[in-house]
Amino acid sequence: MPAPQLPDAEALCAALAEAMRARVDPAVTALVGIHTGGVWVAERLHAALGLKIPPGSIDVSFHRDDYHQRGLHAGNKSSQIPFDVEAAHIVIVDDVLYTGRTIRAAMNELFDYGRPGRIDLAVLCDRGGRELPVAPTWCAHSLSLPASQMLALERADDGRLSFRLMEK
Amino acid sequence: MSVTTTGGNPQLNRHGELKHLLTIEGLPREVLERILDTAAPFTEVAEREVKKLPLLRGKSVFNLFFENSTRTRTTFEIAAKRLSADVINLNISTSSANKGETLLDTVDNLAAMQADMFVVRHASSGAPYLIAQHLAATGRDHIHVVNAGDGRHAHPTQGLLDMYTVRHYKKDFTQLTVAIVGDVLHSRVARSQIHALNILGVPEIRVIAPKTLLPTGVERLGVRVFNDMREGLRGVDVVMMLRLQNERMQGALLPSTQEFFKSWGLTPEKLALAKPDAIVMHPGPMNRGVEIDSAVADGNQAVILPQVTFGIAVRMAVMAMLGGN
Repeated sequence: MPAPQLPDAEALCAALAEAMRARVDPAVTALVGIHTGGVWVAERLHAALGLKIPPGSIDVSFHRDDYHQRGLHAGNKSSQIPFDVEAAHIVIVDDVLYTGRTIRAAMNELFDYGRPGRIDLAVLCDRGGRELPVAPTWCAHSLSLPASQMLALERADDGRLSFRLMEK
Repeated sequence: MSVTTTGGNPQLNRHGELKHLLTIEGLPREVLERILDTAAPFTEVAEREVKKLPLLRGKSVFNLFFENSTRTRTTFEIAAKRLSADVINLNISTSSANKGETLLDTVDNLAAMQADMFVVRHASSGAPYLIAQHLAATGRDHIHVVNAGDGRHAHPTQGLLDMYTVRHYKKDFTQLTVAIVGDVLHSRVARSQIHALNILGVPEIRVIAPKTLLPTGVERLGVRVFNDMREGLRGVDVVMMLRLQNERMQGALLPSTQEFFKSWGLTPEKLALAKPDAIVMHPGPMNRGVEIDSAVADGNQAVILPQVTFGIAVRMAVMAMLGGN
């Protein structure tokens, strides 16, 4: 199978921000990026949309559903939620949407901080292969990849974001 | 029945991951650092609205305390409960052991109740190791064992939480001078601290104690021995006080607790010989006026209560790592 043309991540960030603009309120909407790629995207969206509330970050290690197979791995980071979750409008931001399990874990993690008023989901790229009933509110790009491949967002030294496709 | 041979450290599985926590001695530096790194995000769980994680949901943790300890048992209990485990506390000094049941019979019975983890405190050195060996020899090494203090041998989670505390305040181990002060002879805490500090690359570890409260050959653990407290405290970054363990003493090792305080108690005046930013630690429970002056225990260099808080995060990290390996 020929390698699919990978989208330009920077262009997708800009497109995603434009898609969201009409439905976010800069004074009340808060972003939370999922480590690690989602945090970078959330930073971009936060700047592009001019949001007032500083973006949060989430590490889903504590709520992963494969803990009993894979264990708790080193490098888990702390979630940082610098705003009150109770009744807030929160957009979960991730780079790649795949099985939906990470999003499930991220929502569980968020609820440990309070009861959000509304949660939306913004992703740069949906690669298909959902195993849970999760759908993004905003998605800048869709493509279909076989399970043997992994799509990851990378950040260069100059801060530029790009996608990379790897064989598992 | 098969005996699992790991070919090396009985605490590690064949992938080099932590399976049991029995002692700090012999643990690779990267495993030790991984535990400390893993503990960091657990410290923030206490700040959340919901102070509970699902990692050990559906698992049973048995606190097997063959020796009394309210504090250690409580912190293990809190840690396991914050990981959603079911916790069963057994104070065996007051139960079946008195009826003649052996240690391994007790373990077999609890394993038959679907235990997933044993947290063991025992007056005999090596008891947790014996349990781990027995579980492996009987094909039940999916059950994890955590040593919560055995005899004079080891108290690894205390050693780890002390290292976490040092790292929190001092960042870099490789520039530090650390003094361990007091009843080293009876202290499993001191042994775990010394091993951990050596593994983490602390260049100077001092042991400050009267000759009667030092184990013979303590220098071989890689420490400098001081029999004069003032001399030993000069210029140190960290002071780790030990509890005077009166209950473990046989015979006249000490003239009196007042005499002990005079020579070996940490007073503000003695602490002034350490670096101005030195921190003071104590594993608790403290004997005020015996090994530590109240003015120091309540002073701004003491980090004794943060030690307790970090202890819960470190125990959560240890149990979460074991449970997933």
